Amino acid sequence: MWGILRRSAVDGGGFSASSLRRTRSALVSARSYASGSKEMTVRDALNSAIDEEMSADPKVFVMGEEVGQYQGAYKITKGLLEKYGPERVYDTPITEAGFTGIGVGAAYAGLKPVVEFMTFNFSMQAIDHIINSAAKSNYMSAGQINVPIVFRGPNGAAAGVGAQHSQCYAAWYASVPGLKVLAPYSAEDARGLLKAAIRDPDPVVFLENELLYGESFPISEEALDSSFCLPIGKAKIEREGKDVTITTFSKMVGFALKAAEKLAEEGISAEVINLRSIRPLDRATINASVRKTSRLVTVEEGFPQHGVCAEICASVVEESFSYLDAPVERIAGADVPMPYAANLERLALPQVEDIVRAAKRACYRSK
Amino acid sequence: MALSRLSSRSTTLLQPLATTSLLRRRHISTDTTPITVETSLPFTSHLISPPSRAVETSSQELLSFFRDMALMRRMEIAADSLYKAKLIRGFCHLYDGQEAVAIGMEAAITKRDAIITSYRDHCTFLGRGGGLFEAFSELMGRTTGCSKGKGGSMHFYKKDASFYGGHGIVGAQAPLGCGLAFAQKYSKEEAVTFTLYGDGAANQGQLFEALNIAALWDLPAVLVCENNHYGMGTAEWRSAKSPAYFKRGDYVPGLKVDGMDALAVKQACKFAKEHALKNGPIGSNHHAFAFVFEQILEMDTYRYHGHSMSDPGSTYRTRDEISGVRQVRDPIDRVRKLIIAHDIATEKELKDMEKEVRKEVDAAESPIPEPSELFSNIYVKGFGAESFGADRKELRATLP
Repeated sequence: MWGILRRSAVDGGGFSASSLRRTRSALVSARSYASGSKEMTVRDALNSAIDEEMSADPKVFVMGEEVGQYQGAYKITKGLLEKYGPERVYDTPITEAGFTGIGVGAAYAGLKPVVEFMTFNFSMQAIDHIINSAAKSNYMSAGQINVPIVFRGPNGAAAGVGAQHSQCYAAWYASVPGLKVLAPYSAEDARGLLKAAIRDPDPVVFLENELLYGESFPISEEALDSSFCLPIGKAKIEREGKDVTITTFSKMVGFALKAAEKLAEEGISAEVINLRSIRPLDRATINASVRKTSRLVTVEEGFPQHGVCAEICASVVEESFSYLDAPVERIAGADVPMPYAANLERLALPQVEDIVRAAKRACYRSK
Repeated sequence: MALSRLSSRSTTLLQPLATTSLLRRRHISTDTTPITVETSLPFTSHLISPPSRAVETSSQELLSFFRDMALMRRMEIAADSLYKAKLIRGFCHLYDGQEAVAIGMEAAITKRDAIITSYRDHCTFLGRGGGLFEAFSELMGRTTGCSKGKGGSMHFYKKDASFYGGHGIVGAQAPLGCGLAFAQKYSKEEAVTFTLYGDGAANQGQLFEALNIAALWDLPAVLVCENNHYGMGTAEWRSAKSPAYFKRGDYVPGLKVDGMDALAVKQACKFAKEHALKNGPIGSNHHAFAFVFEQILEMDTYRYHGHSMSDPGSTYRTRDEISGVRQVRDPIDRVRKLIIAHDIATEKELKDMEKEVRKEVDAAESPIPEPSELFSNIYVKGFGAESFGADRKELRATLP
């Protein structure tokens, strides 16, 4: 797990974790973040969110591989077994189809399971239960059986974990009516969205990011309160701008913010939208922004075909066509299974320079 | 079966099944003095001592068995006709022949015990207290259906009677049922979940995953394999290396039951429920020889119809086989003979009962759902999100 901190430090060019934090908070104070002297890692944000919701509602329980005695494969559930006991925190065998179905059945009966997938790649073994047993039940039963379950875990690429462990599932799950799909970026997002997800009466797919777990973000007093909750279905404008709209989610928000800095140096003012909610998608905020800037660059880590970006482009072309001054731009993961070699992996994922280039294209500032 | 309007008189007949008030309208005995009957076949067991073959019942119970099974039988036959008349669309999986499993189980449990089953769910729904009118409405896609016409044949539910459906994906109900049992244990409910699945689903991996967890965590789950010997068109000997489904749980005790004998089913379910609720001597100590709360009940049963209405049911089995079972093992005839042998009612009285049941099974006219129902119940809380029809510029809705 501590390898993760090292990896994110390497990304910043060989800084130690603490100097990265200092650099980040310096950058961050220039942004429109909630002001506050406290900082929190995404990991701690998630842990505290689960802890508080378990404390508030005895029906909430945690289930997954290594969530208990091992303290969580990525330490997100650290300390919960000690605090709440084996009747609230369940270590499961490595049988996703079985324990996911059990979680959904428990939700049918009114409990509130928080089911962890060690990564969302393994959710494919249980996808029938997520979609056919959970997402569709409220509809098929005309409201008799609702499913207040949360499926959470790391999603998308990590570092060097290869093709079977790097896929982003946002587009797949967000295409299903009956599911809600959330993707936090900052610690505040993580706390607010996870608390909202656990309280929500419908099935929620909660897509975290392994490489973000160790990152620290400033956090407001408000966000630290146990009643804090973020609305589902509302995007956040992380940085206001007037020349081009950049939409994205999860780890790519950080990249988009860096790209916006670079673009500002060249006189392009980019508006960065952190989607937070992939389903329901906040089309209103996205379209309002594009109507202001007239240009769209949409970014995601996942495969390009039929992706989240494709949906956003379609929405903007349908709703705001006459406002567009340039073709819509998509920056996504490469259309290849994730390679292992570090240089190829870098080529397979969006980088800051890709976002900058696309924004410039949209502004007719490059060929 | 022609469609006709429901008369005001017949609305009183559309009450939940097996109520004593219905029987009181008859002059037939409502005697509850115990009668002991032996099951026709002994129980075969795995890792457990089987229950006694002597089953306690009563005149009232036997008559309710007869009437309720006759109602289920007629409902399924009526559904067959309605399907052929194209009033029921899509899939329609009929349960006739298997009625004793639904009826016997209900006699052994309460509405606080949960049941979950596959897509062959019409009679299970009735057994849980579902109404005939709601069932037919649902089959015909009407808004008065138990799922407001949004579910269809495979998705009947009755949450207030702890009936959790109605599932289209083969085997999915196995882990879901163990999840219901998990919730019962978590909430300290002193109730049990009966998870029904077929011989086809018995080979599914997720079933063994769920069984493992249920045994590990001491969940009050009873898995009931309704072995009608054919998984769609594939006979059990062609799909299972070991067709002894009651033994397939390995460390989980099992019982093989004559599923055409309602009293044997009742005895087995009663036995399994008691076993699942017992506080074992070792409790939650996960010792290798710890008491296992679950059981697998294999019900040896038979379906007269094919797998569904698109399957004639005769390409993979002979008509002689089907009629043979009907003559020798039919569950309704078995109860009829018992009733006559114990002098509870006469042959004529039973025939009259059957005629009444035929009349009850009638379809009413009821409205199709409003177009706005397309967008209802997607979420409990929609947060004002939008949903779309095929042409999103033409049809869209805001979800409440």
